[in-house]
Formats: sequence, structure tokens, C-alpha cells
Amino acid sequence: MSYKFTEDHEWVLLEGEVATIGISDYAQGQLGDVVYVEVPTIGDEITKGDELAVVESVKAASEVYSPVSGEIIDVNSELEGAPTKVNEDAMDSGWFAKIKVSNSSDLDDLMDEAAYKAFLQGLDE
Amino acid sequence: MSENTSTKKTVLYDLHVELGAKMVPFAGYDMPVQYPEGILNEHLYTRSSAGLFDVSHMGQLVISGENPAAAIEKLIPGDIQALSNGEMRYSFLTNEQGGILDDLIVTQRGEDLFVVVNAACKEQDIALLTKGLAGAATVTELTDRALVALQGPKAAAVLTKYAAEVASMPFMGYREVEIDGVPCFVTRSGYTGEDGFEISIPNSQADALCRKLLNNSEVKPIGLGARDSLRLEAGLCLYGHDLNEKTTPISAGLIWAISKRRREEGGFPGADIIQAEIANKPAMKRVGILPEGRAPAREHTEITDEAGNVIGEITSGGFSPSLGVPIAMGYVPLDFSTIGTKINLLVRGKSRPAVVAKMPFVEQRYYRG
Repeated sequence: MSYKFTEDHEWVLLEGEVATIGISDYAQGQLGDVVYVEVPTIGDEITKGDELAVVESVKAASEVYSPVSGEIIDVNSELEGAPTKVNEDAMDSGWFAKIKVSNSSDLDDLMDEAAYKAFLQGLDE
Repeated sequence: MSENTSTKKTVLYDLHVELGAKMVPFAGYDMPVQYPEGILNEHLYTRSSAGLFDVSHMGQLVISGENPAAAIEKLIPGDIQALSNGEMRYSFLTNEQGGILDDLIVTQRGEDLFVVVNAACKEQDIALLTKGLAGAATVTELTDRALVALQGPKAAAVLTKYAAEVASMPFMGYREVEIDGVPCFVTRSGYTGEDGFEISIPNSQADALCRKLLNNSEVKPIGLGARDSLRLEAGLCLYGHDLNEKTTPISAGLIWAISKRRREEGGFPGADIIQAEIANKPAMKRVGILPEGRAPAREHTEITDEAGNVIGEITSGGFSPSLGVPIAMGYVPLDFSTIGTKINLLVRGKSRPAVVAKMPFVEQRYYRG
């Protein structure tokens, strides 16, 4: 069980067939102060690459795309009252949604932590 | 990340980078959008203490001639001839359709006019003023000066340490003042709704003077991000968003900037259209909008009536750090402009309720002596 990352800075943590999705610490730093998160609806089916959530910072709205296909089985309703959790704890309590994945091979082409770190270094150059 | 070789730098660029600013291209300049503390903290700090903003990208112009005040009134509806030496006024360049080409501040300095214009409109404005004033006055851009704003409830206490005479300056007043020995043009004005000053500094001394101001524990550097949220809370227009060549001063709610004499006499581009709008009311009006819930409604969000018909558009929208809720402004038909009118906003395809609200969202606290 370990974090996987997309090039759009989402993270995925797969436990059994349930994937928890959030955005990386780097992403929250780039967005700045998060003031609102629009989370998906429980029960909805989502396809890999579709819009999963919208994160609003003081300055702009940013879409979060689903790294996996499946059914939304839970959303982080605490973000409604405390959107700054995304800034304070992006990799844990700042999660957005849990998806029951229909095909775990969706995670195969994602980066592990070391690869993501290298990817971020490439962005800074 | 977005290093563009064609963007210009202000003389404070190195200071911004040193302070850890995130630099973004804005109106052709590489500008600080925020510093490490972030927009929210910078915003609240300006409201509670004092913030220093680099606005050197804006155009600083001097208009000289025999009677530049009379001459410039052919291009703007502001009552510039009514200004005494050391007084300034908010006005705008209009086109023949009564639309706004840029908004600006004009200061009467006795022997000339000092004019500050928006960065994005600078070239256009200089060309327009030069042509429009030909034979009567000349236009010179002061490229040798930086411009900073010191804004917030503690701005006056800080600046007074270096130049005691600024304490008694009236709101919308101008003075030439030595700040710590540096010859500056100081106006008691700004774009945050707070008391504060805009300070024009010779380029060669701007970096050192700003460092000195920032050495005060009451002062922090503030980026363009917070500048935008501060002005939106104060209900102030941003050119290119809330104002453009198709919005008239009357629909924008800026009739207060056109004196009785100018309304009656006209004599500026689009005067007939603006006079007709004063007499018959404009079709659309700029209003404040409070979205219900916590989702911000951004610029270009469609406004509908309760039946779902599109009636207008948000021109500025975001989150108010002071109030902790989303705020916006936009244009609606006159019938919908009454405070308390219920409207809906189409945010990402979803209709969300909102209400027309009074502006400013946060009380302006200008110096009133």
C-alpha cells in the first residue's frame, strides 16, 4: 500500500479495491489558500480522466481529474466546513473522494513516490 | 515557471524574488502575485496593519501646457478644472459610444497634471492623450520613477516616521515629500478601501526605500492576488473586467465621478450618450452579488433570473477573506439591480442562488481628517 501520483498532481492510495484520491502537497502549494472544494456525488460512476472535483483557491478554480474509473463510494464532507484541510494536510485528511475501482490496472501507469519526486524536480528546472 | 523573455521587470523585481514572491506575467510585466504567506494572510494583514504593493507597472504621466486641465476635459468627463493645486480625482477616458477606454487618476499640480493610468492600457492612453491634446498640451511618461502603494490602518503611522507632513494630508490629496531624504510624489489614495498612500519614487532609490519601509514590523509585502481581493471587497472596479469600451460610466455606477457642470456641459467623447443615460437610466447596471453557500462565482459566470433566463454576467468574483464568503460584482438589467433581488448563478452548469447586495462589501476606511 503506497501512494501513486499522476502528472496532474493527484494522488491515489489503493486499499483492496478502494482508491482514496487527493491532490499532492506540491499541488496545494501551487494553488494557495483553498476556500472551497466541490466534491462528487456518492453513487456516481466516474471514468478515468473525468472531472472528479473542483478546488477553488482565492485566485482561481482548478479541476481535479479522476485517475481511476469506478463508483464514488465516499466523499470528504469535512472539506465543506474546512477547505483549508487541503492546504494543511493534502496527503491525508485533505482527501476528496473514495472510489471503488473497476479496473485496478488503471494505477499501472501512475508514478510511485520516487518517480513523482523526480517529475517535480524536472518541473522546477 | 513562466519565464517570458518579452515581459518587462519593475525596478523592484530583485526585491520580490528575494522575498520569495511567486512571479507571474501581468500586463506585460513580471509581477508578484503573492509572497510565501499567501493571498489570504496578505489580504488580512493589509486590513489590520499595512501592506506594501509594487504598482510600478502602471503608467505615470505628466501633462503640461498652457491650461492642461481645460485641455484634458475634451477627453474625459472628470471636472479637472475644479481641482485646486494638490487635489486629485478619479476619471476615465471615454469613446464616442460613451464606453470606457481606461480609468485613471488625475492630479492638479499647479504647473502640470500628474496622471496615473492602467498598465495594460498605457500605450493606448499615451497615444490617445498625445493626439487628443496636440497643440494644447504635451504628454510625457515618467519612466524614471517606480510606484508603490502603502495601504492599511497603520500606513499613516509608518510613513509619518519618515515624513511627518503626510499625517495631515487629506484623502485624494497630493504632496511632494522627502521620505527619508528621497524626493517622492505622495498621494493619499489607493485601491484597497483602506487609508493609505501611493508613493512615486525615483527608480534609483526605490529598492532601498522599499526595504526601509519593509523593515517596519507593521509592513509586509503584498502581491497582486490580494490587491484584487482587497479592491473587490471595497467594491472598486478593475479595468478590462468590470469596465471596458462597451460599459458606460452610468451603467458602471460611476456617475459620482462626473460633476454637475460636466453632466450639463458635456464636451467629452460620448457625452450625448452618457447624458441620455443619465436622463433615461441605463439598460444594465453594475451591482454587488453575494452567492449563497461557499462556492465562488468567477468572472464570466452567467447570471439568470429565477426562471432561468440569462440576464447578465459576473465581471469580478472570488472569495472575500475578510467576510469568509464568496463575493462578486456583475451587470444585470436595471429591474434586477435593487438590493435584495434574488438571482441565480450558473456555476459549472449548476444553478446556484445568489442575491444582489450592497457595495462596498467591506466598509471603506479612507482618511477623513
